[in-house]
Amino acid sequence: MSPDLLKLIFGRLGFESLPLHEPIVVGTFAVVALGGAALLGGLTYFRLWGYLWREWFTTVDHKRIGIMYMILGIVMLLRGFADALMMRGQQMLAFNGSEGYLNAHHYDQVFTAHGVIMIFFVAMPLVTGLMNYVVPLQIGARDVSFPFLNNFSFWMTVGGAVLVMASLFIGEFARTGWLAYPPLSNIGYSPDVGVDYYIWALQVAGVGTTLSGINLICTIVKLRCPGMTMMKMPVFTWTSLCTNVLIVASFPVLTVVLALLSLDRYVGTNFFTNDFGGSPMMYVNLIWIWGHPEVYILVLPAFGIFSEVTSTFSGKRLFGYTSMVYATVVITILSYLVWLHHFFTMGSGASVNSFFGITTMIISIPTGAKMFNWLFTMYRGRIRYELPMMWTIAFMLTFVIGGMTGVLLAVPPADFVLHNSLFLIAHFHNVIIGGVVFGAFAGITYWFPKAFGFKLDPFWGKMSFWFWVTGFYLAFMPLYVLGLMGVTRRLRVFDDPSLQIWFVIAAIGAGLVFLGILSMLVQFAVSFLRREQLKDVTGDPWDARTLEWATSSPPPDYNFAFTPVVHDNDAWWDMKRRGYQRPLTGFRPIHMPSSTGTGIILAGLATAMGFGLIWYIWWLAALSFIAMLAVGIGHTFNYHRDFDIPAEDVIRTEDARTKLLAGAK
Amino acid sequence: MTVAVNPSQTGEPVFYLADEHPHPEGWSTSLGFWIYLMSDCLIFAILFATFGVLGGNYAAGPAPKDLFDLNLVAVNTSMLLLSSITYGFAMLTMQQNKIAQTQVWLAITGLFGLAFIGIELTEFAHMIHEGATPQRSAFLSAFFTLVGTHGLHVSCGLIWLVTLMVQVQKFGLIEANRRRLMCLSMFWHFLDVVWIGVFTFVYLLGVLR
Amino acid sequence: MNTDTHAANADDHHHEGGHAHGTFSSYVLGFVLSVVLTAIPFWLVMSGALPSKQITALVIMAFAVVQIVVHMIYFLHMNTTSENGWSMMALIFTIVMVVIALSGSLWVMSHLNSNMMPMHQMSGMK
Repeated sequence: MSPDLLKLIFGRLGFESLPLHEPIVVGTFAVVALGGAALLGGLTYFRLWGYLWREWFTTVDHKRIGIMYMILGIVMLLRGFADALMMRGQQMLAFNGSEGYLNAHHYDQVFTAHGVIMIFFVAMPLVTGLMNYVVPLQIGARDVSFPFLNNFSFWMTVGGAVLVMASLFIGEFARTGWLAYPPLSNIGYSPDVGVDYYIWALQVAGVGTTLSGINLICTIVKLRCPGMTMMKMPVFTWTSLCTNVLIVASFPVLTVVLALLSLDRYVGTNFFTNDFGGSPMMYVNLIWIWGHPEVYILVLPAFGIFSEVTSTFSGKRLFGYTSMVYATVVITILSYLVWLHHFFTMGSGASVNSFFGITTMIISIPTGAKMFNWLFTMYRGRIRYELPMMWTIAFMLTFVIGGMTGVLLAVPPADFVLHNSLFLIAHFHNVIIGGVVFGAFAGITYWFPKAFGFKLDPFWGKMSFWFWVTGFYLAFMPLYVLGLMGVTRRLRVFDDPSLQIWFVIAAIGAGLVFLGILSMLVQFAVSFLRREQLKDVTGDPWDARTLEWATSSPPPDYNFAFTPVVHDNDAWWDMKRRGYQRPLTGFRPIHMPSSTGTGIILAGLATAMGFGLIWYIWWLAALSFIAMLAVGIGHTFNYHRDFDIPAEDVIRTEDARTKLLAGAK
Repeated sequence: MTVAVNPSQTGEPVFYLADEHPHPEGWSTSLGFWIYLMSDCLIFAILFATFGVLGGNYAAGPAPKDLFDLNLVAVNTSMLLLSSITYGFAMLTMQQNKIAQTQVWLAITGLFGLAFIGIELTEFAHMIHEGATPQRSAFLSAFFTLVGTHGLHVSCGLIWLVTLMVQVQKFGLIEANRRRLMCLSMFWHFLDVVWIGVFTFVYLLGVLR
Repeated sequence: MNTDTHAANADDHHHEGGHAHGTFSSYVLGFVLSVVLTAIPFWLVMSGALPSKQITALVIMAFAVVQIVVHMIYFLHMNTTSENGWSMMALIFTIVMVVIALSGSLWVMSHLNSNMMPMHQMSGMK
């Protein structure tokens, strides 16, 4: 075939695009291919495809979608953490003239992929998954406002993850760092597909995130059960509301910035170039207008989780509910006024830097208030040190350290010294691991029995906890030291042999975290095997306080047989205290949305379009786009999107629970 | 933990609704669509910010004064304004349940929208023909992207409009179609609001510069 | 069943769809106002009626703001009661965000340009 025809069909894609010269990647590919084949074969052998398609892939049930988000987050955590281990290994070895084991081309992809994956495809899915699962239950709703959109959002997030994973084996990923600053990310300096993978993965996933943000805001605003006024909402619901407001207000900014970057790369415009009046610093300015709210998008729901856990395991009402709500709202607004602290060194001058330095310091005040609220909740409480509470206490200690180094970095002169140093790396891992990751783990262990009907095994949970916490400190405290000594981020080799010991300690820490992750996987397996002993029949295994514990574990499809009525902040606690009697008769048919495959099809087409654009396979991109339009419009011709669960089914489900509860007495 | 099945005590407060009425279909739609519009508003805000920062960087290329024909912009603005009022009339006839009239007003709205897109494309073609391409300078990159994004939104609106006309023809002015027409009306008027920003900040202030 | 617990959601039930509708006269009034508010700035710029460019710029920006408000009221039917005030709340929040992002970017970038760019290069670019 002629080269022109090949180019028309395959774009830039060819055999030389496969990284066959990278033994590490080839090895990984072999493992992934074998594992994948085994998984697919297993699914086919046990005839699970139909079940998966009907019950999971096409579901619009917020609980199942939430669980799928969590699985996506955990799977991607393994990939992101593998990158972290590779970096720690490289930096530990590359001393005394050694080049380490990663070449620059590969190493630069590893640190970029690590950042992108951990933020977009680990932290975001974990947080979104928890919100998706818990919020409708906490507000006594049957589902989210737009169930189909919810399914579509999830699959778009998966589509983005698929593109990132594809870059490992087909072509390469960006070598620009996780925010892809131009001019490095412009076509002149990054002519390969890496940055295009970055752009389209984030664009596809970003659409999903924005839509899911709109969806959850509407859910919280419109679907609260009777009696639940704004100031009677559980704190996790409040923080979810604020997080989703931030998502809707900030992800469009990311969409535009990436669109402008892609115009620069594909069309040759001059937004972020060095010539023809373009300004690379405008990119930095714009992307941090998204980027700073993003960190609060991640951490606010974690704050909500800690609030729920602290009051449940202290057996007390949350101290200072109102101040907690106001602190959350203030953080939401303030998070929009601090973005320049990420680039104090750009040179905007003293007035600009002082303004943003001061706003940054101010944001620590509401955060500090929250910390005291949790402490006062624990004060004179009857604290039960179960796993979720342990993660919470680890968070409090760790996050305070991260917060204080953050305030240090907020001082512009100090930042000029520490900018882009390992001190910064240590700081943001300190708040993201200490805040978001510990929060997600607290949330997982806390709500796992709700989702699956049995608790997680405490022994392996504790193993995981101690490996994680000690591993974290060993891995990141040395980075603070190195940063203060002036070591910058993203270095591949080092000249000064006296630094090596710190990197060795950090690598040991990373190894401990690895054991922590392994223990967590073992914990899931062991808990599944021991599910009869760990069973939760009551639906309320922790003696908790909010509405999600009023229904069974796992909850029925319709969440609540009758819509609850709320009189108090701690609705379920109030119900228990005042002798709530579970209704046993009078069940009615329940109106529910029906499943649809449109979401996964649309997202699949969007992913294909992204792949076509990355590789300049224009026909694929155009075809997928037209198909998306057709499927999308076709979907609007379907006016019958819901059905009724017959009363007999409700009666059968509720009677089964009555029996279970009677057996538990 | 077994409190859930405690015997009831009389006179206790109500903890659940025995006769629940599900929320009507589309209960959250108008708020949800409004929030979507707000996020779209931020997309335009960032494009305006980019234009504001880069709009003066002509790179020794053509400036707004050399390029913009305010007469044409005025005609274009009137197209969009007229389409707004005709959409308003479509909504009014829809409330009176007059399918045929609604369809006519929708069609007129679509024609005005089409005229708007046509004029805009002519303007673009003319500029590109004169060498004022999006690649020529940061100003032109920002100009084409901002105005083009608005045009793209109007085009999406047109596709949506045609789809809805088909659906109204096929299924009548049922509740779902009314809701959809109302969402499109919000979208259409929103684009008009954005256009106010475009003609003021891009064209009028550009010529003044 | 229990009416007072319903109070939080009760007024939502009254207007269907949550958004108010216009009348013929309100649409026409809005249209006439927009035509006037569009025509005047165009005339000001095209005729150069005002003595200074700064004043013209300020005046046409003021007209734009007024016209946006007119569109919001007469075409988008914004009011403080639709969706229990949530539409208005979302709008105000968005306006705050837009103002922060717009003015912040302009401020940050203009300071950057004046601090970091040699003057001759600046003039060369215009």
